[in-house]
Amino acid sequence: MSRIAECFAALQEQGRKALIPYITAGDPNPQVTVPLMHAMVTAGADILELGVPFSDPMADGPVIQKACERALASGTSLEDVLAMVAEFRQRDQDTPVVLMGYLNPIEIMGYQTFAQQAAAQGVDGVLTVDMPPEEAEPLVMACQEQGLDRIFLLAPTSSSERMKQICALGSGFVYYVSLKGVTGALTLDVDDVGQHVAMIRRHTSLPVGVGFGIRDAESASKIATIADAVVVGSTLVKRIEQHQDKPEAIPEEIGALLRAMREAIDAIEGA
Amino acid sequence: MPDEKGHFGPYGGRFVAETLMGPIEELRQAYERYRNDPDFQAELEADLAHYVGRPTPLYFAKRWSEQLGGARIFLKREDLNHTGAHKINNTVGQALLARRMGKTRLIAETGAGQHGVATATVAARFGLECVIYMGAEDMERQAPNVYRMRLLGAEVVPVTSGSQTLKDALNEAMRDWVTHVDNTFYVIGTVAGPHPYPAMVRDFQTIIGREARAQILEQTGALPHALVACVGGGSNAIGLFHPFLKDEQVALYGVEAAGLGLETGQHAAPLCAGKPGVLHGNRTYLMEDKHGQILDTHSLSAGLDYPGVGPEHAWLRDVGRATYVAIGDEEALAAFRALTRIEGIIPALESCHALAYAMQLAPTLTQDQGIIVNLSGRGDKDINTVARIEGISL
Repeated sequence: MSRIAECFAALQEQGRKALIPYITAGDPNPQVTVPLMHAMVTAGADILELGVPFSDPMADGPVIQKACERALASGTSLEDVLAMVAEFRQRDQDTPVVLMGYLNPIEIMGYQTFAQQAAAQGVDGVLTVDMPPEEAEPLVMACQEQGLDRIFLLAPTSSSERMKQICALGSGFVYYVSLKGVTGALTLDVDDVGQHVAMIRRHTSLPVGVGFGIRDAESASKIATIADAVVVGSTLVKRIEQHQDKPEAIPEEIGALLRAMREAIDAIEGA
Repeated sequence: MPDEKGHFGPYGGRFVAETLMGPIEELRQAYERYRNDPDFQAELEADLAHYVGRPTPLYFAKRWSEQLGGARIFLKREDLNHTGAHKINNTVGQALLARRMGKTRLIAETGAGQHGVATATVAARFGLECVIYMGAEDMERQAPNVYRMRLLGAEVVPVTSGSQTLKDALNEAMRDWVTHVDNTFYVIGTVAGPHPYPAMVRDFQTIIGREARAQILEQTGALPHALVACVGGGSNAIGLFHPFLKDEQVALYGVEAAGLGLETGQHAAPLCAGKPGVLHGNRTYLMEDKHGQILDTHSLSAGLDYPGVGPEHAWLRDVGRATYVAIGDEEALAAFRALTRIEGIIPALESCHALAYAMQLAPTLTQDQGIIVNLSGRGDKDINTVARIEGISL
């Protein structure tokens, strides 16, 4: 069983939902990332989503675009991100790590090389924003050979047919994008999300994570009533941006935000 | 070409976020339906004739040809289209499609402003809302076009992220589209982006090559020796080339922007000095570093200042059907001055790259050989840029 599957199995047994924070690796500098990863686990994160910075993050909003620009300015490459995961694994063998990013850095490294390196350094899953199932086969094969989970996005615009196709291709969990828009957008319609998640569950037994538009403990707890996992990104990255000049404060700041979300999610579950 | 998933050999395809896959498929189906629909084609043809002003002339540049000594040079006068460039051929087509799909809002990205002006123009004509994304740096370089778009009723949104040029405007337009997919039609201005855009924009632009082929046969009784067109994203070039692809004896030259020189890294020539990768919805040649990050570009011409290129060009390059070369800022300026003085035609700086390559090519050929250069746009929009270089303030 993959580390991600184990994680969801354990959570299900406890009747709890997963909290999945996203940060951009190397933001605002590469030294912050590994201590921040540990701090997020301590604060109650179940799975970590580590963004691979890209120069043209088309599906992300301005907050994550700026995080990418900071990470690239401080020289963070895909190789560096893999090295960060290896360093994280020295102290944490249990928490699953998912790489999230765009295809081109992986394409340049080569699918086989990337999949081998990622598995060897302790990565558990790969999510490539701009690679729909129609174009996914070569990378999916390479990841499968190395035991890496393939996490795919589903959107409000996905037809039932596509949901079926994507669920069949994915593993680990599926990630439902809660709104039409980019990361960090404002509107979140919980009823609409609930209907879509119910539709997805008709096609798969994989856990369903929901992200985009989750900004605080309140919205996190609402989503936790519907989904198996709550993904939080732009809100955390915004806080990192606010502290970019004193990066040593970042792990504690982000930890506090996540703890509040963790408590809100668990309170719903206990109620 | 392309195959049903939009592939030109290993290039093309659809590399976008899942949210856009639905709208792109909806567009593909609409395009497949209307491209063979006689009513749609009749409306398009009527608009191209009466609104755009087609056919454009194929003009024999006699004095210029004689001065260069060699091949006879013919100019396909896309600069004489309404709004001053080939871009309008495509925006008329896409706006007609948008209307049939029930979309009420057009968005577009623009570099030099020609595509933005063409989109704003058709939006005004059809009464559609219009938002244009433009790099902040390009807005400064192309102030007259920004004003034109605003006069036409479009909202022009400055893009301040990244390099503040065309690629960043494209990112912003994609973000807008993903947020407003229900009522919005994204009018892509070149033969790049996710399938069906490269094929659809090409089809709308092949009117250039179809006319040119008939005109040269009528005027000279023979096919030309070569076609020359500038390549940013590559829509004017593919529009000219495509109807000649099966005429193996006709050489095809696509001219990229060498900027300050390929060796300096300050250029916009992915086919000449880049490598394959994935950006903006397609796999194609890109200007990128060894980690797969997209590089900033440089060209005197905002319209060529793009780090990628249409996937069909990538494929034509690899199979050897077309040859891609690069022309620098200085050579393009020399061609600008030459054509203006010798023929009384002020060309767009984009087109000057093609003209400059024709100046090199013509003397190597003989007078019974013809070259067609696509004069993709007129230079009115660029006179501020040229004047600034000459130290003149207008």
